[in-house]
Amino acid sequence: MKSSSNAPPLLQVRGIGKRYGERVALQDAAFDLWPGEVLAVVGESGSGKSTLLNAVAARSRPDAGSVAFLGRDGVQHDVFALGEAQRRLLARTDWGFVHQDAAEGLRMDVSAGANVGERLMALGERHYGRLRATATEWLQRVEIDPARIDEAPRVFSGGMRQRLQIARNLVTRPRLVFMDEPTSGLDVSVQARLLDLLRQLTRQMQLAAIVVTHDLAVARLLAHRMLVMQRGRVVETGLTDQVLDDPQHPYTQLLVSSVLQP
Amino acid sequence: MNTALLELKGVAKRFTLHHQNGAELPVLDDVNLRIGRGECVVLDGPSGMGKSTLLKLIYANYRASAGSIVLQDGAAPAVDLTLAEPRTLVQLRRHTIGYVSQFLRAIPRVPALDVVAEPLAEDAGDDEAALARAREEARRWLARLRIPERLWHLPPATFSGGEQQRINIARNMIKPRPLLLLDEPTASLDLANARTVIELIHEAIARGAALVGIFHDAEVGAAVATRRIDVSQFRRTA
Repeated sequence: MKSSSNAPPLLQVRGIGKRYGERVALQDAAFDLWPGEVLAVVGESGSGKSTLLNAVAARSRPDAGSVAFLGRDGVQHDVFALGEAQRRLLARTDWGFVHQDAAEGLRMDVSAGANVGERLMALGERHYGRLRATATEWLQRVEIDPARIDEAPRVFSGGMRQRLQIARNLVTRPRLVFMDEPTSGLDVSVQARLLDLLRQLTRQMQLAAIVVTHDLAVARLLAHRMLVMQRGRVVETGLTDQVLDDPQHPYTQLLVSSVLQP
Repeated sequence: MNTALLELKGVAKRFTLHHQNGAELPVLDDVNLRIGRGECVVLDGPSGMGKSTLLKLIYANYRASAGSIVLQDGAAPAVDLTLAEPRTLVQLRRHTIGYVSQFLRAIPRVPALDVVAEPLAEDAGDDEAALARAREEARRWLARLRIPERLWHLPPATFSGGEQQRINIARNMIKPRPLLLLDEPTASLDLANARTVIELIHEAIARGAALVGIFHDAEVGAAVATRRIDVSQFRRTA
């Protein structure tokens, strides 16, 4: 995180709102995200945290608000004003999206190597040897035995699938990754390994990330900052340890005091 | 007197417990304090008086209910920690403010050597030589704090309380930050290790760091203090 204080933030989110019929799913959400920052979005199911993530990642268009992303060209791009082709290019180069269910983010019946190589091929890489070398390197980085490069993720365990999904996303060295409950479908022992891996990769690659989670321990371990949501509104923000150790809002106090301390 | 590294003015801390009928817990009131380089200020007072709370306010782990906490580190612009943006606080904690808590918050799977080297390794980035120096410095700290070499490559989660505390001290003192906050760093240490910590604190004072500490052990407190503050004076007298 270099503090070039005049540069705009990597991501600038303002006034995001979303309704489903009469129901307000999200109201007036706003935040900035800077390079290398990991932001956790916490709250119970139905609080609007996934709606916020999908809106900011331009996966579903909100009814109100704007999202500006700072491109590698140093220009802020209004994400919703981009054409479909430009938005898809952004989504598979500078952005990543890690789904809770790995099956949503992977091609389950093609090989692990092809899963990792797909984004590179979409960017024009055709050289088989280089694709395979990069895939091998990434499998190693996410602690998958490269000998399994030709196997399809359908035969992988839940933890391996999730690590493969991460490799598939990071291979283009994105600057921003969205994660929707990345560890919650996994056994506890598998979670610790994945969390440690995510922590290392976000630091090494200076990745900015938005992590939606209902698990405050995940937020504590991964995130610099937190945003607490309740009924579609952001009720509290701050440094992760401030929010967890000195919660101000009644809902945050309830959330923090409801967690069993192991 | 030269400019203080840290100046607290009118700092108060109250906790509002929304689920206990909005009960208010006043802990600190009207704290005024200047702390300069080369000082080790030891906080005194019975437990429950807010000694740890005061350290947590300076670390911005707790949010002040009133007042300002201004850090003026050399030529860098002064920062009021009670108003600073999260990313500013992240940077300050990385480079300027160290905090040794009583307990190590262990990170799963990371070996002791890397836990200790991390604050230096973060600055090294991809520079292999700098990374090697960070790990070499971590070895020096582990040896000095008498962590047996067979433990260096194991994650500290399974270590004894005293071993974890020494890992925590090494991790948080390895980088020579200008301000160091110490919350009972010697609580579960034997005599030899407590003496080592006293030496480390003296070295930090000598290099011009400002320290604020709580020491359960009166001898340790007496050995390191350049000034003592009784925190019970910061209670509201109502």
